[in-house]
Amino acid sequence: MTTAAPLSTTPVSKSEGKKLSAASSAKSKLTSPWASLVAIVIAVLWTIPTFGLLVSSFRPEDQIKKTGWWTFFSDPTLTLDNYRAVFDAENGVNLADYLLNSVVITIPAVLIPLCLASLAAYAFAWMNFPGKNFLFITIFALQIVPLQVTLLPLLQLFVTMDIDGTFWTLWLSHSTFALPLAIYLLHNFIKEVPSSLIEAARIDGAGHVSIFFRVLLPLLTPALAAFGIFQFLWVWNDLLVALTFTGAPEISPMTVQLSNLSGTRGTAWYLLSAGAFVSIVIPVTVFLLLQRYFVRGLLAGSVKG
Amino acid sequence: MGLVFGLSACGDSKETDSGTTDSSAAAIDCTPYTAFGDIKGKTVTIYTGIVTPEDKPHIDSYKPFETCTGATIKYEGDKAFETQVLIRAEAGNPPDLAFVPQPGLLQRLVATGKAKEAPAETAANVDKHFGKDWKAYGTVDGKFYAAPLGANVKSLVWYSPTEFKDSGYAVPTTLAELKTLSDKMVADGKKPWCAGISSGEATGWPLTDWMEDFMLRLSGPEAYDKWVSHGIPFNGPEATAALDAVGGYLKNDQYVNGGLGDVKSIAGTTFQDAGLPILDGTCSLHRQASFYAANFPKDKKVAADGDVFAFYLPGETADSKPVLGGGEFVVAFADRPEVKAFQTYLSSDTWANAKAKLSSGWVSANKGLDPNNLTNPVDKLSAEILQDPNATFRFDGSDMMPAAVGSNAFWKQTTAWITGQDTKTTLDKIEAAWPK
Repeated sequence: MTTAAPLSTTPVSKSEGKKLSAASSAKSKLTSPWASLVAIVIAVLWTIPTFGLLVSSFRPEDQIKKTGWWTFFSDPTLTLDNYRAVFDAENGVNLADYLLNSVVITIPAVLIPLCLASLAAYAFAWMNFPGKNFLFITIFALQIVPLQVTLLPLLQLFVTMDIDGTFWTLWLSHSTFALPLAIYLLHNFIKEVPSSLIEAARIDGAGHVSIFFRVLLPLLTPALAAFGIFQFLWVWNDLLVALTFTGAPEISPMTVQLSNLSGTRGTAWYLLSAGAFVSIVIPVTVFLLLQRYFVRGLLAGSVKG
Repeated sequence: MGLVFGLSACGDSKETDSGTTDSSAAAIDCTPYTAFGDIKGKTVTIYTGIVTPEDKPHIDSYKPFETCTGATIKYEGDKAFETQVLIRAEAGNPPDLAFVPQPGLLQRLVATGKAKEAPAETAANVDKHFGKDWKAYGTVDGKFYAAPLGANVKSLVWYSPTEFKDSGYAVPTTLAELKTLSDKMVADGKKPWCAGISSGEATGWPLTDWMEDFMLRLSGPEAYDKWVSHGIPFNGPEATAALDAVGGYLKNDQYVNGGLGDVKSIAGTTFQDAGLPILDGTCSLHRQASFYAANFPKDKKVAADGDVFAFYLPGETADSKPVLGGGEFVVAFADRPEVKAFQTYLSSDTWANAKAKLSSGWVSANKGLDPNNLTNPVDKLSAEILQDPNATFRFDGSDMMPAAVGSNAFWKQTTAWITGQDTKTTLDKIEAAWPK
């Protein structure tokens, strides 16, 4: 007893000590004033272009065309003309309409893959059925198919299904492109939930449905939020898929109109800074509101357990 | 079909909204279009690369047709048109009509088998109102598909009328005079020319226009056609002479790059910015197409007595008037009566004049177009150049060459050329890139 106790504790404390020292050294490295300074410098450097864009969007046309945004500080002239122009339905585009389209496209395109993927991930993690591993590997492998190769066949399919030129094309295609990664990520997360939890629920008489909704779903929230943000940003910023499938200005999202904003021969490119700012308002808001989940969800998979 | 009806419902409400504000929809003679049958309530979809702000005059110019026939025109502008229209044609989801800016793209669309030949009524209009050269560009394998729509003139040199007046310069009428004028400006202590070729993926295209203009002037239209169709080699003596002539201007340290830097700054300046130094007086001459007018800030007057204007890039002699230009062609993917009727409307002088009254920065090669209907002085100048009986029109060659040359090697090699590569290497490399 007396000899066994130190034997069993020594390696544990040793490894814990190692862990601690690694963690604490990382902590001390990350919290040193120099590291903070570097982090601040990097943050400032990365914000400068966006800041320049913001400044540009308020400058008059001839100044944008002739001088850089930094000359704003020596010669500050502000105008709202650019913003007026991008919301001017009479003489050009009204980005507000397309902002709405983007919202209508993005929300289902985020919710559909989240619902399907969480259910599928549960099935792959906690249910047994023939061909499970093969199916899972197939879905995992689908991630390597570049979505560009599917564009033309998908469009042909949508034409035969007679849903071309509707929002369905975008909802369905964004969902299918998102599913492999979503299932894989959520599966890894669900798999890490301790089996005792599931078994306890099962002993209490819960079926798959109540296990999923009552036990797993609350635990899954950070992971769902993290993937939700990924998918939201991806769909919101997507141009290629929207260009290929929309085929009617009534349903085209912000990005398509933004790419058209500069005019047939790019002569109105000075409007782009204002247009770009209108288009990033919503993603930035979403990100700022949900960023807690974003970081937590990213770490959750590896640290939990 | 259900989809088309659903969309047309949306389009209807929009049309009536804007229709109430627009009073310029003059009544037109409807008989040529009602001859196709009753098309009231039908919808024609258009897909084009013409986007804001140039799309508005287009949409408004369809009003007379919509009012008299009761059909609805649904317009979709998309800057990615050139790639997307092929995808849509191949996927079986093409629009009713597409405005194709390149004869080469027209050929590829016809090759998908989805394009429809132009109706006889449209062909008759084209025979009546357009030159043979224009009809030929809309013809593939002997079948006439696409009627010309708009046009633009590339053989223009932008200048400042005020500067010309103050310094006593005259607009040159021959290439030799242009050279003399440039030298005179150098003697006055100026850097006469400014140029810029940066344009994202398409960097280099303004140089292809320069070279085509000189090819057309120095070797004549026949040699130009052969050069474009590869009947003579890309690196032959004609092409060498043309590119060297361009080099005489753009690779000449005394001539360029007014207000922007040295010769190398041409590669780094965007084509949109390249002509702006004219407004500051740091540059006197800038060769660019008619559409460049839209690039000058709105508070500058573009006119013969204004801040900036253009003159025709002269030919070898004062009588020879080769014109390099571009334009769009209307190709149909459907042969329903309403589509045919609208195609015919677009090829008529009625439409050309209606459009002329509404737009600025637009011109057509339609001979029925009355230049007095054009409000913009540059458009008027372009129309006069196009309708000049001595004018020989040739389409932008790089738009007709195979994509591997016209939108790849030609751009890239001329960019390398402006940054120092010699003429022979440049032309040899483009010749080598021509698909066998």
